[in-house]
Amino acid sequence: MEQIILFSPLIGAVIGGFFWKSIGEKAAIYLTIVLLFASCFLSWIVFLSHGLATEKITLFRWIVSGNLSADWSIRLDRLTSIMLVVVTSVSALVHLYSVGYMAHDENWQDDERYKARFFAYLSFFTFAMLMLVTSDNLVQMFFGWEGVGVASYLLIGFYYKKQSANAAAIKAFVVNRVGDFGFALGIFALFMVTGSINFDDIFVAAPKLAETTLTFLWTDWNAANLIAILLFIGAMGKSAQLFLHTWLPDAMEGPTPVSALIHAATMVTAGVFLVCRMSPLMEYAPAALGFITIIGAFTAFVAATIGLVQNDIKRVIAYSTMSQLGYMFVAAGVGAYSVAMFHLFTHAFFKAMLFLGAGSVIHAMHHEQDMRNYGGLRKKIPYTFWAMMIGTLAITGVGIPLTHVGFAGFLSKDAVIESAWAGTNAGFAFWTLVIAALFTSFYSWRLMLMTFFGQPKSDSHAYSHAKESPMVMLIPLGLLGLGAILSGMIWYSSFFGKDYQVANFFGIESEYQQTLPKTKEENIVEKNNEKLEDALPPQGAIYMSPENHVLHDAHYAPIWVKISPFIAMLLGLLMALWFYVWDKKKPSEWASTLDPLYRFLLNKWYFDEIYEILFVSRAKVIGRIFWKKGDGGIIDGSINGIAMSLVPLVTRISTRFQSGYIFSYALAMVLGILLLLTWMIFAVGVK
Amino acid sequence: MDQPLLSMVTFIPAFAAFVLLMVARGEDAAAQLVCKRVAMFTTIATFLVSLLILAQFDAQNTNFQMVESYSWIMGLTYKLGVDGISILFVMLTTFMMPLVIWASWSLETRVKEYMIAFLLLETLMLGVFMALDLVLFYLFFEAGLIPMFLIIGIWGGKDRIYASFKFFLYTLLGSVLMLIAMISMYNVAGTSDIPSLMNYTFDYGSINLMGFEILGGFQTLLFLAFFASFAVKMPMWPVHTWLPDAHVQAPTAGSVVLAAILLKMGGYGFLRFSLPMFPVGASEMTNFVFWLSAIAIIYTSLVALVQDDMKKLIAYSSVAHMGYVTMGIFAVNQQGIDGAIFQMLSHGFISGALFLCVGVIYDRMHTREIEAYGGLVNVMPSYALIFMFFTMANVGLPGTSGFVGEFLTLVGIFQVNTWVALFATSGVILSAAYALWLYRRVVMGDLIKEALRSIKDMSFREKSVFAPLIFFTLLLGIYPALVLDIIGPSVEVLVANYHEEVSSSNLIQTSMVKN
Repeated sequence: MEQIILFSPLIGAVIGGFFWKSIGEKAAIYLTIVLLFASCFLSWIVFLSHGLATEKITLFRWIVSGNLSADWSIRLDRLTSIMLVVVTSVSALVHLYSVGYMAHDENWQDDERYKARFFAYLSFFTFAMLMLVTSDNLVQMFFGWEGVGVASYLLIGFYYKKQSANAAAIKAFVVNRVGDFGFALGIFALFMVTGSINFDDIFVAAPKLAETTLTFLWTDWNAANLIAILLFIGAMGKSAQLFLHTWLPDAMEGPTPVSALIHAATMVTAGVFLVCRMSPLMEYAPAALGFITIIGAFTAFVAATIGLVQNDIKRVIAYSTMSQLGYMFVAAGVGAYSVAMFHLFTHAFFKAMLFLGAGSVIHAMHHEQDMRNYGGLRKKIPYTFWAMMIGTLAITGVGIPLTHVGFAGFLSKDAVIESAWAGTNAGFAFWTLVIAALFTSFYSWRLMLMTFFGQPKSDSHAYSHAKESPMVMLIPLGLLGLGAILSGMIWYSSFFGKDYQVANFFGIESEYQQTLPKTKEENIVEKNNEKLEDALPPQGAIYMSPENHVLHDAHYAPIWVKISPFIAMLLGLLMALWFYVWDKKKPSEWASTLDPLYRFLLNKWYFDEIYEILFVSRAKVIGRIFWKKGDGGIIDGSINGIAMSLVPLVTRISTRFQSGYIFSYALAMVLGILLLLTWMIFAVGVK
Repeated sequence: MDQPLLSMVTFIPAFAAFVLLMVARGEDAAAQLVCKRVAMFTTIATFLVSLLILAQFDAQNTNFQMVESYSWIMGLTYKLGVDGISILFVMLTTFMMPLVIWASWSLETRVKEYMIAFLLLETLMLGVFMALDLVLFYLFFEAGLIPMFLIIGIWGGKDRIYASFKFFLYTLLGSVLMLIAMISMYNVAGTSDIPSLMNYTFDYGSINLMGFEILGGFQTLLFLAFFASFAVKMPMWPVHTWLPDAHVQAPTAGSVVLAAILLKMGGYGFLRFSLPMFPVGASEMTNFVFWLSAIAIIYTSLVALVQDDMKKLIAYSSVAHMGYVTMGIFAVNQQGIDGAIFQMLSHGFISGALFLCVGVIYDRMHTREIEAYGGLVNVMPSYALIFMFFTMANVGLPGTSGFVGEFLTLVGIFQVNTWVALFATSGVILSAAYALWLYRRVVMGDLIKEALRSIKDMSFREKSVFAPLIFFTLLLGIYPALVLDIIGPSVEVLVANYHEEVSSSNLIQTSMVKN
């Protein structure tokens, strides 16, 4: 069954991509959709029925060299099954939605066929993502990791006639490679110290790594911390964390369904998944966890500030995604891995929904993306409006304080903030996240108010022709809406409930479980691990060391902590109303009085400009110097000096080329070498 | 041993070349077609016979297999054999040659001579990988220059004379030192038999030369002499500048052979001579090689970033990829050397295919300037797809063979020197940048240039050249055990012998992991 989940998207991609001409474009599209829904259906069965044990299926050998051994395999545990449903559900719905969204794309001429290619890319992405989440070793994970990178590259550059789209695609791939650089070094270091790249071996070795020093570059490092940080650099690239985030906003050049699937719900959360997957190692790497917390908190804050002033509807949501990813990393950084997964899970629903809703707006407004040209769309596209409203309520965290009743984001975001409070003793990360929550509320409501309320600002043509999207686009919105409303409440206790509930859900070995007699499966696992000197990897999908009480403490947070995100949300809402409903001159007033700050935010903290100066242009200048001065000047210069003495010979022989004596020349050369050699050997031999 | 299979494989192409030389007459189309067919038939036959070698080869046996030994003129020996390290280079050569001939099917000038040159070249390249006698090796190694020199010099581009001489002089000058070293080896060890020399320990006592102490003594000197030759062939920084010129001027098929096979002779030489014969000398020089490799990777990647000529860009990228190979070899551990051999094979497919990609549009537009292109995807979708595939393979995407080699060499080097590993790994960022930027400028974008409007997509023949390359790039990316199982045991022995000899020479080994 797992194999079907994994490979049906690949089959769809291959048939849709290479054979659509034979079976027809329509048939190819429907085939990819059917296969994806099949995969999605089976994923839910796995998610709902999967027990505690970690299941492993080895497909066949991959890279085997000396004691390095990586197989193609499937690892199925709770983390995997969560990711399976997230990936396949969102992907299936996005496939469906794309039938409507891509039906008449104005970027293409009538005789150009582009749809089958689009669906093939989407299915290929899904396959790569599933390979990532089901891997049992770091190298297969790296395969998925780079595979989704390629899919993302192809989809961002889908409108290949647009120069901006091509530039964004390359940027995404190259910036991700910077992250992969760290990831790869992490893998190498892990192999060096543990002799293996399989998860179980690494997890067994993790406690020892905390006491191992590793000479890396100029000094000695604590192995666990070093490796965890290197792996996290990979996560920073993929999950668009600060310093490696610049590709994500540009990635909005891709079609909107792509943004929903890849750049909101799934691929960008791979980094969070990586950190949670490596939790048995992370638990022994306190410095790395601290680093993750700080980067996550900064990212949440910086992205939220930039989101405040952006005017492109997709860019606002993109920065919001980046900010929410920061939340997840904070949760993982303080050791509340289950909470990070909780937010990942709920965020997938409501963020995909916001993107697809935005896509529906863009679709209705003839590919206008500037919110300043929107307004009053509430009545024109009511279903889309309500979908976006649900998404906004979810992301801003609306619910009834101090209960477990509310939209998905209310439960998961509060869980993150409470964990941050518990994990940092009401420190920096906690306050940053609360402020970011205020900003989140402001920019989300700003988006709603500018788009759906007020007077229509665009030329009356686009507005009057705006019409509701077809059902094939609205149904996915409805289903995601269900997720955005309910997923938080249904799975609250599993991710962030009482200790034993969470332990149960993730199969963690808690004190309460140790008293149970060992099951058959556990005995088998034990047998398989005999070669590891009886050492067992920690049970369960995530691991929390006995000293890690974050989850427990978070539940005992004082009331002011628990309601702080709610208050932040209210303040943000009020600010948005004040700025965009009650006193509409305020935004431009503030922009002019705080001009430097406004520009600073509008230009995204000038990251792109700084990188351009520091790296991009510099690399080209250095390349040119190496080429012209190094290769051309120094190296060839000295060699040409030697060759100059041979020039007369060269010219003489080159005239021979035209006269056709080539073969006599060649023969002479062979004979010459032969004679020289035999004479030398002979002479030496005689001596 | 029933049939002298190795000799058969080696000399079938030469025999065919001889027949063509003697028999084929005329320059009309019919005569040309005959020459092409003869060459095609011969190279396919050679490949089929080489499959028999592969079938008989026993990977678990780490000795030389199918050895043929005859005495030759003046007390010299003619000796051929294969082991786990060489056999796949033989296969690579016999596999690539039919594709090269097939890719040259539309050639119209001096077809007979062209085919003779390529057939002769095949014999000489195969000889290099199978020779088990110093003199024989040297003969094949040097004589291989001649057909390549002629291919560039006759069928090349505008500046072919300059490029062919640069190619010839560079590689020949490197070899002179190797020749001297070989003579002195023969003088000392009294044999030119390669397997015997691999077991012979050359003196490694330090030598004082004008106040300088040369650690590793005689071995280091021998190592350096061989190094000069192999480093040029590889090519390693800073003796790489002949390669871009040679590639740019060579005809497409010449570039393919050069990149896919000729460059591998350097790496093969390191594995056959430098490590087993002069282990102490090599261990003295590993850091030097590491840094040359690391510089090569970064330096040539940066240079590739600013090229205006497609072939030059790919040529520089080849130098960078060969940097991974030398690094992996001198890491002298299982992963490093497995990776280096794998990388050489995989680079054979990938860079060969990339040069073919350039050839496809060069045949149509007669320019290699990147600026002359743009938006090809609109009119050449199949080409865009194939070029994309090999671009991704070139940047080492997991799932293609490019990844396995790169990954293993980096794993290998990391265990030995983390600084070098850091710089080398940063090469994966740069390679993505230059490769994708090339692709963008040539293939992506709207079709604006008028001249490109009537360009035709790839023909069936052109596609069929790429099909086997795509197949193997994917197959080895997904199931690299096909290769690793064959080379593994021989590499294991090589690594073990090396470390045994080095540690018995009392050089201190330090471990980087402390508990």
